[in-house]
Amino acid sequence: MSSLLIEGIGVQNWTYIIVGITFALYIGIAIWSRASSTKEFYVASGGVSPLANGMATAADWMSAASFISMAGIISFAGYDGAVYLMGWTGGYVLLALLLAPYLRKFGKFTVPDFVGDRYYSKTARIVAVFCALIVSFTYVAGQMRGVGIVFSRFLEVEINTGVVIGMIIVLFYAVLGGMKGITYTQVAQYCVLIFAFMVPAIFISIQMTGNPIPQLGFGSQLADGSGTYLLDKLDGLSTDLGFAEYTKGTKSLVDVFAITLALMVGTAGLPHVIVRFFTVKRVKDARKSAGIALLLIVILYSTAPAVAAFARTNMIETVSKQPYASVPEWFKKWETTGLITFRDKNNDGIIQYLANKNDNELIIDRDIMVLANPEIARLPNWVIALVAAGGLAAALSTAAGLLLVISASVSHDLIKKIINPKISDKGELIAARLSAVGAVCVAGYFGINPPGFVAAVVALAFGLAAASFFPAIVLGIFYKRMNKEGAVSGMIAGIILMLFYMTKFKFNWFGGGTKANWWFGISPEGFGTIAMLFNFIVAFVVMKFTKAPPEEVQEIVENIRIPSGAGEAVNH
Amino acid sequence: MKNKEKAMAYWKENIKYVSILLIIWFLVSFGAGIIFKDALDKIKIGGFKLGFWFAQQGAMYVFVILIFVYLKLMNKLDKKYGYNE
Repeated sequence: MSSLLIEGIGVQNWTYIIVGITFALYIGIAIWSRASSTKEFYVASGGVSPLANGMATAADWMSAASFISMAGIISFAGYDGAVYLMGWTGGYVLLALLLAPYLRKFGKFTVPDFVGDRYYSKTARIVAVFCALIVSFTYVAGQMRGVGIVFSRFLEVEINTGVVIGMIIVLFYAVLGGMKGITYTQVAQYCVLIFAFMVPAIFISIQMTGNPIPQLGFGSQLADGSGTYLLDKLDGLSTDLGFAEYTKGTKSLVDVFAITLALMVGTAGLPHVIVRFFTVKRVKDARKSAGIALLLIVILYSTAPAVAAFARTNMIETVSKQPYASVPEWFKKWETTGLITFRDKNNDGIIQYLANKNDNELIIDRDIMVLANPEIARLPNWVIALVAAGGLAAALSTAAGLLLVISASVSHDLIKKIINPKISDKGELIAARLSAVGAVCVAGYFGINPPGFVAAVVALAFGLAAASFFPAIVLGIFYKRMNKEGAVSGMIAGIILMLFYMTKFKFNWFGGGTKANWWFGISPEGFGTIAMLFNFIVAFVVMKFTKAPPEEVQEIVENIRIPSGAGEAVNH
Repeated sequence: MKNKEKAMAYWKENIKYVSILLIIWFLVSFGAGIIFKDALDKIKIGGFKLGFWFAQQGAMYVFVILIFVYLKLMNKLDKKYGYNE
């Protein structure tokens, strides 16, 4: 009786109920945690516990791309998908061992704060602000678009209406609560998104392999009694259709290496991730929350490749060589959204899904692998609704973190530090809120009118972070002799080289932008690695010919290497 | 002066830990998951080829362990030098 009632509610209503409850929760938290000073607004007064910060960092980090797209990308890329898995987790090791504890000890509000003070120069600060803004804006546009897409697919509203609803929610808690509000909503959002990701994954793992733990089901035999291992089956299915073996991949070794390293270093250099470590009390809390954050991220990231393999196998078996007339209901439903397209080229009424582009009749958008997975596996309606809430939580939490970096860059690094140093704390807080409003509007605009190159510039964001911030910060901590001339020219050289390579090979601005002409066989996605090395080299060479940093700067460096006496993030 | 020497000794031990952990970080990801992937794939554990497993599962698990090991080592080191709080 009760299960009949639950079935009767329908996907649509379930989605309204679950999304409605989570949104009410986020707004409630925002009202409870209003910020009343710049210190609360920028770094939540430096009083966040390591566990809360770890959860917030995980939600901050895992965006719509991690939640919705990553498993899909892996299911089409097979082994090559490992660049994202290792790249987006390995960066946390660098963060925990090389950056987070020292930046926490330094104890200011933003990444440009560190760069500007350590390299005793306004130029360094401005270059850093410029990088932080570009990286964060490219990211946030994608998030707002993600919010719109989830709304439109699950609640059948216009994508643009979805973007506006998302803007209003983020505006509410980011502008009101600042870092404090964002931190505690992100804690709630982590819980929503991980639950929403794991429930369908566990269901599907049980269905396909009989093992409730997806990470183990991934390497188990199929539950159909054939005694075949899932991955062997998938390798076989892939080669039958003309694709590469699933566990082999198609990218060259050097490119896989370069992309993985660029993503790792880029992750460690992203300002919205780094700034989260300013919010804890002590240096050891910064180390601890990096560990907790990675643990919580890896729960999702180690599940994603399992989901990818399950979904891929399920998909091929459900549609390949099947008559179009008898496809399941979800196929027709997603066909109307344009995410599945079928063209019966040989008019035999059978779906030919093949690697060969001329004979292939089926095109599947990678996002479906997560969004439609519960339907493909015929899971209950409330699970489908949960996925919608999870996708929204992932997109909103990342958008909020990025908006804070943008508003702090404008109100703190530009207005307080460069344009009007005499501004009062109250005035700066108003400026911070206004810049957050401005940033939300710009992000919303890009969400509604997405630039065609969004996908390309997200890769650029990692490359830029790798090519600019990472060397400057690491050298600032580990190499006392590094001076402003070296660091600034390194950052500029790294960014320019990265921009040049991206525009050359993504947009073909300078001609010859084809794969055959890649330098060292490295794709634009992996080029951050080369640009980073170039940054290091330029920094060292220029440093050799210029004078050492002043005594007091060398003292700053000695001071940040000692963990005790971090105090709270200082207001300055 | 004494303080300075203490700080130097602390820093040296820290660098030693960081170097060792980063070597492991490199070996499990770039080593086992990429450079030696094909060789390791000849070994199978359950349904997993070993190189593939490192690339899509194992490296991530080791990353988590590395950070917690670092945390433990540094907490001990902080105590040894009286920098804990």
